[in-house]
Amino acid sequence: MAAPRTERQTKWLIAGPPLVFLLAFFLLPSLIMALASLRYPGEFGGLAPLAARAGEEAGLTFENYALFFSDWIYAQIFAKSVGIAALTTLACLVMAYPLAMLIARSPKRRRDFMVLLVILPFASNFLVRVYAWMIILGPLDLLFSRFAVIVGMVYVHLPFMILPLYTNLEKHDPALLDAAQDLGANAWHTFWRVTFPLSLPGVFSGAALVFIPVLGMFAVPELLGGKDDWMVGNMIKESFLGTRDWPFGSMLSIMLTLAVLALAAAAALLARKGAPGA
Amino acid sequence: MPLLEIRNVTRRFGALTAIDNVSLSIEPGEFFTLLGPSGCGKTTLLRMIAGFDAPDAGSIWLDGNDLADKPPEQRPVHTVFQSYALFPHMSVARNIAFPLKMAGKTAAEIEAKVRQALAEVHLEDKGESYPHELSGGQKQRVALARALVNRPRMLLLDEPLGALDAKLREQMEIELISLQRDVGITFIFVTHAQPEALALSHRIAVMRDGRVEQMDTPSRLYGFPVNRFVADFIGNCTMLPATVVETGAHGTRLAVQALGEVMAPTAERARAGQEGVLAIRPEQVHIMAAAAAHELKNHFTGVVRDFLYIGDVTTYVVELANGTRIEALLANSAPGRAQFFQLDQPVKVAWRHDAGIFLAD
Repeated sequence: MAAPRTERQTKWLIAGPPLVFLLAFFLLPSLIMALASLRYPGEFGGLAPLAARAGEEAGLTFENYALFFSDWIYAQIFAKSVGIAALTTLACLVMAYPLAMLIARSPKRRRDFMVLLVILPFASNFLVRVYAWMIILGPLDLLFSRFAVIVGMVYVHLPFMILPLYTNLEKHDPALLDAAQDLGANAWHTFWRVTFPLSLPGVFSGAALVFIPVLGMFAVPELLGGKDDWMVGNMIKESFLGTRDWPFGSMLSIMLTLAVLALAAAAALLARKGAPGA
Repeated sequence: MPLLEIRNVTRRFGALTAIDNVSLSIEPGEFFTLLGPSGCGKTTLLRMIAGFDAPDAGSIWLDGNDLADKPPEQRPVHTVFQSYALFPHMSVARNIAFPLKMAGKTAAEIEAKVRQALAEVHLEDKGESYPHELSGGQKQRVALARALVNRPRMLLLDEPLGALDAKLREQMEIELISLQRDVGITFIFVTHAQPEALALSHRIAVMRDGRVEQMDTPSRLYGFPVNRFVADFIGNCTMLPATVVETGAHGTRLAVQALGEVMAPTAERARAGQEGVLAIRPEQVHIMAAAAAHELKNHFTGVVRDFLYIGDVTTYVVELANGTRIEALLANSAPGRAQFFQLDQPVKVAWRHDAGIFLAD
């Protein structure tokens, strides 16, 4: 059969370049990092050689992981990071939802302009925008606090929540809202029983686009946070650039990835349980 | 007391008057249809009854209460939407349970009523299905069940059969009639399809440009249209421009351009000299061989220009000597091959003196 084969070839041709790119620059580095997390640190930073030499620690070890579990402080920083990410996600959701609804229900010709306004902040540099908050929060005596960190995080990530929500809400059939009202639902019930459940895919993708980057973010807590606002990202950055303990930094990165995967799996499980018909 | 009263309602959208001083009243238990071409205002009127739109002038009364300040969710009126508008994230049973939940019914009551509603529309085994798993006809039935489950005072149907294919539409028409009879709820049905309106309704209001042209039973609308628009919109009609010569108790004498005198039934308001048209339905016109004998007063000769074979009947288009075209309908009920006229064959068309109707301009 000639036709299906050409079709398959076309599919590979399309999928090939991004696949090769991700294999080379995502999967391979991840494996290198996983391996690095099982090695000893080098004497002057970097990694110790794999082959053992006399008087040196070498080869593979779980010591880095053991270290993570040996002191509460690491788990605490992880928990705090998850907390900050969750709070940021929630704040973004609460602020983005009404705005996304407003845009989705505006006349068609005005929507594109409003979406443009939402992504306009990306036109200026990320660090400039964070520094701007230092200028605003400094005189108010709010700088270097948890509050400042969350404000900065929300500010930077809000568009990532608005856009998927808007994309979802815009597709809703307005007749469904009429139907709900017609069948006796007031505005509150119409929202919670029709609009919100139908927007859950948008809520989930928006939440993922905010939660995951915030979890690994180090620039915002470093610039706006105080000494108590040290997050996982700061720890990782410090391991590589400060203490130059690459294996420990690699271990933290791997743990962060595992934490994200575990949370995503839990969310997916919860979503399936909550989904109708399950 | 009528169930619903629409009193002098007007609705404007900018320069356009969508509804122009419409008044009508609907009795309990009626199957009432708003019929008209698109843009005639029928859907606007329906939306005002449901509460999604408000009149600029006039009022709408249900059971003797003015509905002006009642939002849609507080009106005991439910709508079946053109697109069905089933909630895609809810099963069929939960869709049907929705209005009951909103009305604060208990779980046990909801379950019993949902089961009964599913039975009413013959979907007993589809309660756990989701809307995307249903066919068009099944979605239609779910929409009906959902709108009827808590027994509203009135059901509004906005072109609900428009999305169905012809065979299914006919089946749904029959189901709608029996459903309406069984539940005894007043239906207000909006459509632009006149066969649908004739088949379903107790009474029909024919609308054009925001006004009601005629309101009557299907057979009276078909048999006694009040003007050219209604005659043309409901069924097929041949219109012959005519002038009234003489009126009398035994009939009206008309002068039809280039055809001569034609007898028509007595028209109440016709006066001698009045201009108008003689409207004749194709099934009132007999078609026969040019030499055939008959006793009909109104008869003319012409040739067959076109015919449309539909199976049960054939419609012939006969062109008379003066170029006028008259449609004649012949049932193909004779055994074997029915008398079948050929293109360009000379024929005679004739109709009884009491057929047709004179419509003044």
